[in-house]
Amino acid sequence: MIDILRLLSAFVVGGLISVTAQVLIDLTRLTPARILVLFVCAGVFIGAIGLYDIIFEFAGAGISVPLIGFGATVADGVREAVDKEGLLGILKGPFTAAAAGCSASLVFGYLICLLFKGKPKKS
Amino acid sequence: MEKAESYKKRIKLHTPPSALLKDSALAFLFGGAICLIGELLATLYIYLGISEKDAYTLVSVTLIFISALMTGLGIFDNIARHAGAGTLVPVTGFANSVVSPAIDNRSEGLILGVGAKIFTVAGPVILYAVLSGTVFGIIYYITKLFI
Amino acid sequence: MQKITYLENPIYFESFSAVGGYEEGRGPLGENFDFIDEKDLFGMKTWERAEAEMSRIALNTALKKVNLSPDDLNIIVAGDLQNQCVASSGGLFTFGVPFLGLYGACSTCTEGLLVLTAMLTSSKNYTRGASVTSSHNCAAERQFRTPIEYGGQRTPSAQWTATASGAFILSKEKHEAKITAFMPGKAIDGYTKDATNMGAAMALAAFDSIASFFQENNPDEYDLIITGDLGRIGSDILRELLREKIKGFGEKLASLHRDCGLLLYDKNIQDVHSGASGCGCSASVLASHVLPRVVSGEIKRVLFLSTGALMSASSVFQGDHILGIAPAIRIEHGTS
Repeated sequence: MIDILRLLSAFVVGGLISVTAQVLIDLTRLTPARILVLFVCAGVFIGAIGLYDIIFEFAGAGISVPLIGFGATVADGVREAVDKEGLLGILKGPFTAAAAGCSASLVFGYLICLLFKGKPKKS
Repeated sequence: MEKAESYKKRIKLHTPPSALLKDSALAFLFGGAICLIGELLATLYIYLGISEKDAYTLVSVTLIFISALMTGLGIFDNIARHAGAGTLVPVTGFANSVVSPAIDNRSEGLILGVGAKIFTVAGPVILYAVLSGTVFGIIYYITKLFI
Repeated sequence: MQKITYLENPIYFESFSAVGGYEEGRGPLGENFDFIDEKDLFGMKTWERAEAEMSRIALNTALKKVNLSPDDLNIIVAGDLQNQCVASSGGLFTFGVPFLGLYGACSTCTEGLLVLTAMLTSSKNYTRGASVTSSHNCAAERQFRTPIEYGGQRTPSAQWTATASGAFILSKEKHEAKITAFMPGKAIDGYTKDATNMGAAMALAAFDSIASFFQENNPDEYDLIITGDLGRIGSDILRELLREKIKGFGEKLASLHRDCGLLLYDKNIQDVHSGASGCGCSASVLASHVLPRVVSGEIKRVLFLSTGALMSASSVFQGDHILGIAPAIRIEHGTS
C-alpha cells in the first residue's frame, strides 16, 4: 500500500527543486520574493507543456508541494476552464485552480493572527 | 580619495559568499522531507477514499495549516533560518509569507493592518501565477481554434 | 571644507545609561547595562511603543543616577530608526522638556552629542541637556525588511539591529569625562545598493572622517578610535583603507580602531552574522563600555564616530546607492 519508490522520488524531486532555488539565492543574490515568482511562473510553464503530469506520475508530492505545483495547478485549471467555457475560461481558470491554496492561507493566517502574538527574533 | 570601481572591488573582496554547500544540503534535506511528508499524507488521504486530485489539494491545505500554526508559535522562522529554500519553495513558504504579515500587522488593526498587509509578501506570487496562467489561457484558446 | 571645532571650555558627561533587550543582555556587555528587558517589550503591547518606552527608561535612569529631575534639563535632542522618529518623541515628551528630533540613521548617537555640545557651547541659556538614541530590532525589521515571523535566511554580510537605547546628560559643570572637539561628517556614496551589506556602505564615510580628523591631530595621543556599527566587513574594509591610503601612520590608526558593532554581541554564541547595527548599538556601547572606562581613566582620549547608512526602504528598491556618514566627537578623561 505504501509505495516506497514513490516516497523516495518525492523526497529526491522535492529536494532537488529546493536546491535549485537555494543555489539561485546564494549565487545570484536574487531576493526570495523573486525566486518564488520565478518558480510559480516556471510551474505554469511546465504545467502548460504537459511536463508536470509526467513528473507527478512518479514523484507525486515531490512536485505538487513546491510552488511549481501551485503554478502547474493554475495551468491545469486554465486548460480545464477554457475547454469547458471557452473564452471566459481564460479569466476564470487561474483563480479557480489557486482557490484552495489561497483561501486556506488567508483563513488560517487570519485565525492565527487572532490567536498568537508576534515574538521577538532570537539570534 | 577612493574611486568608485576600486571601492566596489574592495566590497566584493571582503564580503564572504554564502555557505553554498551547507545551504544546499540543508535545503535538500528540508525540501525533500516536506515533500516526503506530503506524499505520506497523500497516501493516507487516498487510502481514506479521497480521489487522487482532491487528496493532493488536501495535502497542500494540511501543510499550509501546519506552517501557519508553526509561524504563530514562532517556530517557523527559526527552522527557515537554517532550511533556507527548503522551507521557502514548498507551499510551507507561501503559507508563512501570508501568515507572518498577518501577525505582524495585527497591531495596526484588523482592516488596515491585517487586511491591507496580508499579501505584502505573497502578493507577487499570486499576481504572477494569475498573469502567466492568463497568458497560457490565451495561447491555449487560440491554438484550440486552429487544431 | 571639513572643519574641526576644538572646545576651549569642554562639555562634560554628567550621567549616562544603557538599556537593552534579551540579546544585548546576554552579550559580553550585558552586565554593564543599567536595565535589560528579556522580553524586549518593556511592558508595552507593540514593538514601536516598546522602543519609545525603552528611550524613556534610558533617560529616566540617567537622571536618577545623579538625582536630577527633568526640570534640570534645558533641552533634549533625540533620534531613532522609526519613521518620523516617533519612538523618541513618543517616549520623551512626558518629561516636558524642549525637544529636537534628529535623524542620522545609525549615526544619531554622535550626531545628538555633537548638536547638544554645540548648543551648550554657544548659548548661556543652555547649561544642561540630554541626548537620547534608540533602535529596536523588531520595529526596524518590520519597517525596513520583512515581517518578524517571516522565515528568511540572512546573508553572511547582514547585521543585527540592536534593541538598545543610550541616554547621555551633558553639562557645563565639571565631571570626569568630557567632549573636547567635534566634527560633522559628510554624506558619502557607499557605492553599493545592497541593504544587507551596510557596513561596507558606511566604511568609506568612516575612512573619510578619520582621515580628515588626523590631518591635524596626532594619532599617538589617542588610545582608541571607535566606530559605530561597521560590523566585521565594514571594519575590515576601513582598516585596509587606512593602511593603504594614509602614509606614515595608517597602520597606527588601524591598530587603534574598534567597532561597537563587534563589541555588543559574542559572535561565538550569538548568530548575528557581520555584527550589530542600529543607532542603539553605538549609543549603548558608549554608555556601557566606553564612558565608564573614560571616567575611570583607563582610556585617556578617544575619537568616537557613530556610522550611519542613509537610505529608506523605497530608495533601496529604486536602486539608489546607500550613502554613509560618520560624525565624530573627541572624548577625554579629566575634569580640567
